[in-house]
Amino acid sequence: MEKSLNWREFIITRAIKASGYSAIVFVLLIFFFLLREGLPTLGEVEASSLLNVRWYPIEDYYGILPLITGSLVVTLGAALIAVPFGIGTAVYISEIAPRWMREILKPLVELLGGLPSVVLGFLGILVVSPYLRVLLDLPTGLTAFTGSLLLGGIAVPTVVSVAEDALDSVPRSYREGAWALGATKWQTIWRVTLPAAKSGVLTAIMLGVGRAIGETMTVMMVTGNAPVLATKLGSLFSPVRTMTATIAAEMGEVANGSTHYHVLFFIGIVLFLISLIVNVIASSVVFRAKKRAERILS
Amino acid sequence: MTKLLSRNRHLVQRLGFTFITLVAVATVIPIVGVIIFIIYQGGSAISLEFLTGFPYDGMRSGGILPAIVGTLYLTIGTAIFSVPLGIAAAIYLSEYAKDNQTTRLIRLAIINLAGIPSVVYGLFGLGLFVLFLQFGTSILAASLTLSIMTLPVIISTAEESLRSVPQSFRTVSISLGATRWQTIRRIVLKEALPGILTGVILGLERAAGETAPILFTGAAFFLPRLPGSPFDATMALPYHLFVISTQVPEMPIQIQYGTALVLLVFVLTMNVIATIIRSRARAKRQW
Repeated sequence: MEKSLNWREFIITRAIKASGYSAIVFVLLIFFFLLREGLPTLGEVEASSLLNVRWYPIEDYYGILPLITGSLVVTLGAALIAVPFGIGTAVYISEIAPRWMREILKPLVELLGGLPSVVLGFLGILVVSPYLRVLLDLPTGLTAFTGSLLLGGIAVPTVVSVAEDALDSVPRSYREGAWALGATKWQTIWRVTLPAAKSGVLTAIMLGVGRAIGETMTVMMVTGNAPVLATKLGSLFSPVRTMTATIAAEMGEVANGSTHYHVLFFIGIVLFLISLIVNVIASSVVFRAKKRAERILS
Repeated sequence: MTKLLSRNRHLVQRLGFTFITLVAVATVIPIVGVIIFIIYQGGSAISLEFLTGFPYDGMRSGGILPAIVGTLYLTIGTAIFSVPLGIAAAIYLSEYAKDNQTTRLIRLAIINLAGIPSVVYGLFGLGLFVLFLQFGTSILAASLTLSIMTLPVIISTAEESLRSVPQSFRTVSISLGATRWQTIRRIVLKEALPGILTGVILGLERAAGETAPILFTGAAFFLPRLPGSPFDATMALPYHLFVISTQVPEMPIQIQYGTALVLLVFVLTMNVIATIIRSRARAKRQW
């Protein structure tokens, strides 16, 4: 009895330890398979034509610049929407709202985070883009701006929840100190609480942006999918095509192992690296802030 | 100083509060609006035939049963792989891992997994499961892809929930002669269960609504019958909504809204269940 229990415990403990490392294994596996299928690109397409402005795979034009600028334009627009609304909502929930209001708002924002992006894209096609077309007097409502608008909505829950966590973790004594010195609640929020939560808020913004760059279905459905190099501000109101949408739209139609197939995986590598960089920076910001807090406490 | 203590600082506060409140309201109203709008528009499409029938006439008539069943299969498949692995990884991080370089690396990996774009998961699933392991475009390949995507959500929520169990519970259990694993299984896991469940459901909710990871790993445009084995491709609600709203010309608007509504109900039900479990557990907690 005793013995068998020990054996079982030994095996279970081993299994748990092995599972612990699974996340590292999967990240490496993902990177490996992206490289395996994507790196042949470099042998098949010249670097100069890869960095060209023309994406037209049927005639072997694999310039990914317009896709990169497409992603950037849409993401920038999304950030301009998600950051003020996200942080405003986080400040409201954490600092201003009465308790009952908080109990309603938090699950609602979470709900938005759970809405399938394809549903937002669907509403984008049927409702938002026809409306924007008339409102802004554009030839088509399927533009980068439409994508930004919806992507902003998708990024908001990420920004809200991370920023709210950060604001929440500012010690109450900070606020009390400010109030005792005669500051109003409003002054306290701007001069004490937000600056104290700065690193967390920054992380919130970065993760929100990361979420927006990687979003696929919504942008594929509403941005019009025209691979045109975005060079000026006006590009926001014309159709664009993002990296994610290109992969999603074209992977289904290419032959496995073809150049086009390899290039799509290559774009996957670019996306993977972008998300890696965003997340490493975002988490190191948190890490540094924690270190500093520990220093202050010790 | 004069500025800080100026007389109208209370006026500034009132204006500021009003402004922030308006921002929050402007953020929330569209969420409620979207849900009400879809319920309103799609409600009339819902009928027994729509929920239990097969699509016909190029999907322009009939029901969406294969898509509903497909999403159910994918969600269950995702759960089978991601729940045990995710909880085990969370137990490792909260109960066994030391605070060292390796653990930091694991955490970084989890954060990165959470940030990888869903379409990149699709590429990975295509490369590993569909082609390399030769599962083909199948429920199995799609479920495995979705599980890896769901893993970071489950790990981080489960770990947080395990960590919130007070250390004294473990100390007491061990001092009564229980082994480490007995303590984890009978005390820590039991106490953390509601939190873990919430995380699992929220993770699966995301998987159920995802389209991009299953595009090239398991989703079928149209199937005249239900999938018979894990190696069959399947229709799925999110992909079906994508198909009928962008790929099929002259698609009746009614069916589109109806499909969106069914997907929304599927996902919202999971969300509401998770929220209820969490708030009930919080209310019951005695420590």
